[in-house]
Amino acid sequence: MPPQRSTRPAPRVRIHLLGDTALLAELGTRLDTALNTRAIALATALKKRRDVRQAVAGYAGVTVHFDPEQTTPDALGAAIKRLAAKRPPMDEPGRLHRIPVVYEGPDLEEVAARLKLTTQKVAELHSKPIYRVFLVGFVPGWAYLGPLPEELELPRRHVPRTQVPAGSVAIAGRQTGIYPLPTPGGWHLIGRTSVKLFLPDRDPPCLFRAGDRVKFFASDR
Amino acid sequence: MTAVLRVLEPGLFTTIQDLGRPNAIAAGVPPGGAMDRFAHRAANLLVGNAEGEATLECTLTGPHLVAELSCLVAIAGADIEVRVNGQSAPTWTGMFLGSGDHLVLGPRRSGARAYIAVAGGIEADRWLGSASTNLMATRGGMHGRNLKAGDHIGVAREASRPAVSGHHLPSRLRPDYDHHTLAAIAGPHLKRLDAESRGMLFGSAFKVSREADRMGYRLDGPRLAISGDELLSFGLTAGAIQVPRSGQAILLMADHQTAGGYPVVATVVSASMPVAAQLVPGDELHFTEVTLDRARQMRLSLAAALDTLR
Repeated sequence: MPPQRSTRPAPRVRIHLLGDTALLAELGTRLDTALNTRAIALATALKKRRDVRQAVAGYAGVTVHFDPEQTTPDALGAAIKRLAAKRPPMDEPGRLHRIPVVYEGPDLEEVAARLKLTTQKVAELHSKPIYRVFLVGFVPGWAYLGPLPEELELPRRHVPRTQVPAGSVAIAGRQTGIYPLPTPGGWHLIGRTSVKLFLPDRDPPCLFRAGDRVKFFASDR
Repeated sequence: MTAVLRVLEPGLFTTIQDLGRPNAIAAGVPPGGAMDRFAHRAANLLVGNAEGEATLECTLTGPHLVAELSCLVAIAGADIEVRVNGQSAPTWTGMFLGSGDHLVLGPRRSGARAYIAVAGGIEADRWLGSASTNLMATRGGMHGRNLKAGDHIGVAREASRPAVSGHHLPSRLRPDYDHHTLAAIAGPHLKRLDAESRGMLFGSAFKVSREADRMGYRLDGPRLAISGDELLSFGLTAGAIQVPRSGQAILLMADHQTAGGYPVVATVVSASMPVAAQLVPGDELHFTEVTLDRARQMRLSLAAALDTLR
């Protein structure tokens, strides 16, 4: 498939202050690949500015940490709006990762029952799409992947687990992800993978980058 | 490595910190670094270091160290008893330790974190551009962990300036650590609070709960009524005040998660973060809404105080 250029109009940018040294430039409020592509491109462009210390793309916005002695939120906000009004970037397909999953997670049976599907069908549906890495963050190596097929949509668990084992493959809402480290978590655990997401001795220290693509496949180990 | 200090007792939780690794947040790695950046910077400047050299961040109960070589040190931050060979010694002041001298921090009078700087900077493992300790990744600082008895602490480099003791930062130039009112700027999702909850955010007293660490503080106090749809996750910053559905506010600190989807109703300004860093569980605090201009004045005033040490 050739790279696609979005034909939609440039989104209206809303600038919110995050204290006196950061701001949030919100491009939208929906889970949308085109918005995410714009957010990643905007973060990349902003990182080149001398008054910007760091720019992190979220699903549909960019959090910008700036040097308050070099710029003001007003001046930076105006520059962000100019950058965001530019033609949308090419949505180049990101790097593709193929991730083996043993679909034997502790929540798989319950997820299947609640969705009125067989466990096999859950695995089949989960491993069918090529997901997009919308955002890397939360804890080191974690990536928010999506969109998850509608048939698998469930709200988060009422009571989060205090400890989720590293390598757990999980779903919640229209998202899926892999726990890179043992952490608390409220997502439904449907499988596990042996692939290491957090690579502390590499820079950047994680396997996935925003904009990458991920394909899961069922494996028996 | 030549050790200048040896750890006899590590204290409750002592880690090596610097100004953090802001470039790693896009990979999900917390920025880390000293919780009280003012005290960290001041301690470094008092011994002639650049402000970003690594220091020891000592939490609640300080360590007992012995000097293996003579060195220039300074202790800043929490109001804590400092003794050298049993004699009371000054804080916020550069002082020489002779070989064999015992340096003991504690007991604490107020505040949570004291910083020990050594001329030349503390030698540490560097990870993703910073010497700060990251326990989750077990990287940076002292092999990614807090100090333990028997550890040897070295200096990073020959001190670039002649070591001069007696530099001092008077209390009128320090943050007002006893005044637990944190200045904050309205956040992206303040309007998701109803009028009553907005009034409580900037009017009521909150208390630091037992769940308070370098990642953040859960605050006891009024339950804030938050409404609206679930948010898509976005990048966070230290100082952000999150309000999850439970209505219990969370103040993010240096090792905060890099992204999240809870509403951010306000953000504590950079000049109030040193005061926030010195709060301990049970401490009462207030938030007061300030303008960007006021935040700038506060920031410049602290910067001017540090400039007196350069």
